[in-house]
Amino acid sequence: MNTKQRKTLCTALITALAMLTLGCDISEDRPLTVVSWGGSYARACVEGYHEAFTAETGIKINLEDYNGGLAQIRAQVRAGNVHWDVVDLRFPTWAQGCDEGLLEHVEIDSLPPGADGTPAEEDFLFGTSTDCGVATLFYSTIYAYNKKNIPGEKPTTMADFFDIEKFPGRRGMRRSPQENLEFALIADGVPINKVYATLNTPEGVNRAFRKLDTIKDHIVWWEAGAQPPQMLADGEVIMTTAYNGRIFNAQVLENQPFVIVWDGQILDLSGLAIVAGTQNLEAAKKFLNFASTAKAMASVGSRIAYSPTRLSAEALISKHAEKDIDMKPHMPNNPQNSKRALRNAWEWWSVHIDEMNERFSTWLAQ
Amino acid sequence: MNSNTNIKTNTLRPRLRATGLVLPLLAFIAITFIAPLAMMLVHSVYDPTVANALPETLNLLREWDGKSAPDEAVYATAARELLKARQDRSLGRVATRVNRVHPGLRSVFTRSARNLQNVREGPYREVMIGLNSAWGDIQTWYAIRSAGDRFTSRHYLNALDLQPLPDGSIARQPPERRIYLALLWRTFIVSLSITAICLLLGYPIAHLIAHSPPRIANLLLILVLVPFWTSLLVRTTSWIVLLQTQGVINDLLVTIGLIGDDGRLAMIYNMTGTLVAMTHVLLPFMILPLYSIMRAIPPTQMSAAASLGANSFQAFWRVYWPQTLPGVGAGSLLVFILAIGYYITPALVGGSTGQLISNMIAYHMQTSLNWSLAGALGGILLVCVIALYLLYDRIVGIDRMRLG
Repeated sequence: MNTKQRKTLCTALITALAMLTLGCDISEDRPLTVVSWGGSYARACVEGYHEAFTAETGIKINLEDYNGGLAQIRAQVRAGNVHWDVVDLRFPTWAQGCDEGLLEHVEIDSLPPGADGTPAEEDFLFGTSTDCGVATLFYSTIYAYNKKNIPGEKPTTMADFFDIEKFPGRRGMRRSPQENLEFALIADGVPINKVYATLNTPEGVNRAFRKLDTIKDHIVWWEAGAQPPQMLADGEVIMTTAYNGRIFNAQVLENQPFVIVWDGQILDLSGLAIVAGTQNLEAAKKFLNFASTAKAMASVGSRIAYSPTRLSAEALISKHAEKDIDMKPHMPNNPQNSKRALRNAWEWWSVHIDEMNERFSTWLAQ
Repeated sequence: MNSNTNIKTNTLRPRLRATGLVLPLLAFIAITFIAPLAMMLVHSVYDPTVANALPETLNLLREWDGKSAPDEAVYATAARELLKARQDRSLGRVATRVNRVHPGLRSVFTRSARNLQNVREGPYREVMIGLNSAWGDIQTWYAIRSAGDRFTSRHYLNALDLQPLPDGSIARQPPERRIYLALLWRTFIVSLSITAICLLLGYPIAHLIAHSPPRIANLLLILVLVPFWTSLLVRTTSWIVLLQTQGVINDLLVTIGLIGDDGRLAMIYNMTGTLVAMTHVLLPFMILPLYSIMRAIPPTQMSAAASLGANSFQAFWRVYWPQTLPGVGAGSLLVFILAIGYYITPALVGGSTGQLISNMIAYHMQTSLNWSLAGALGGILLVCVIALYLLYDRIVGIDRMRLG
């Protein structure tokens, strides 16, 4: 090899090395990865506060979709390669992730005060905070039907959902034991305030699975929250469980003739958490603070029918952001809707979720 | 003597050079095939998570009589090691591992460790039982001791719907947890059915291609190959479009009045969907070996058989069929082995009744993160495939298999 060749080779190597380090630099300065539930909910969040956050702080957001659960977070923390920064979690998953050390701790008094200046710890509704942050919204898992596909008598109770004789046809349900076990017990006649006490016994769990057995052959399983409105519109199912906000958006923005049955639904909490070990901790904290302001919560709540968890944000909600519709009657914690609602006992779920998941996946394959 | 060494070195050099050319391939196979396979098998029997996190507790538990709750020293050590595990973030994995032996213990571990942070002094026995009564249950300590084994056959037992009991005996899982044997059986039946359907459909097509004039044969071959070259995902999703309740085939049947609008057939998201889509995906693997074997059989043989007085069935059965057997064997083995490990097609079109063992392996890899059980299920599948291969070799003879 002559000198010239050697020189060229050296230059090439140095350039390659420089590009490699440059590549690392770019990845360190990456945008904040926020993982959420996709579809109309993610759209409401983007319009509600993601855009405002980027405009105010200059931090870009990379939005990803997932369908719940801790599996991906566990895998990332276990491998020490965390590429999700902030995740939108349901409360039971949240409590479990917090206990397992998968989520960063967030103190409630570090969060911004309410719109009227009330300190955060007084402004947030009772039971909406954990060591790893606070919930930002109430939502409900309800069931809904398409008026077009049920011509005669309409379903009105949870028992009707499980009644194949009265309402023949396929049903959509989320591919998870959560909510479905509760629905099965309510339909089987367990009083709403006894559901978790019943589930706490092996006989109660068996009873729930036996009830699910009666409609197993008629169930179409969904995973993403955007699927149920689609399945109702296509006529793939005659009724389906769904997140209430998704059905609301289909009713309001797409004029679908969907009806929500407010009976035996599960009232639940969801909010943002920071994955332990993220490289973007500072930006993630800023984002969490921004999302838990009353303004951001109310902004989401006027785009999709999920109601805020702080008093001062509730007061800000009136009309839909685009349509001339009062949001209050559509909210899951509106007294009119929540008369026969079951509040998710996330404590129970965070203890039993793995056991139930395993039993459920076995039951599905049997 | 001298010339002999010369010859040796003369032949050694090219040999070394040839080996050098093959080395990249060998390295590739070692890295992408043998190493993952070995790791999977190691994972299925070896799990040091608990042993590494709670070494001293396990040491003390070895001397425990197992009849009543252990003494204060065990509790104090366990409390210390749980706190340490929480600090270095391994607690989640430890709790998960113990939870697999005794469901429900995960939250006992994580909650207790969180509360133990605020405990300054013992007696730890009272403190821990106060935090959670499960710490007073000897089953909990059995579970810790059992999960502390670095090497375990538990996952293989679980993969066969069995469980080890604390006293060392082995029992069947309770009925609601039995699943893998049934799934394994289902996988075999489905793979066999698909192989049989592929053979029934592929044999005449291969025969047609092999004995058509070249121009038509090329066209037919392209018709077989184009789907073969198309993305698997595209082919599977196009079956969804065709077969779903509001899909093309159902629409057609309703339009021509064969079925009513409320009687639409469920042809997808069940076993039918899995069978149809997998047969389509695997068909080329049957047709191609058959075709290359059939092309080598002179068509004049059939005429000769006919001229010797055989009718067309006799001519086929006694002259043609035996000569195609190596192709039938190769195609069947190929289709069967591919079908037994198929994952993406059943996952997309199988619904809940069309799932195969591979979907359960994927579930344990991605969702439950029980890699040990996934490894054990994979190991069992591997043993089954090797056994089948050996059986095939014994009955048909592997040297008779010809891919073309």
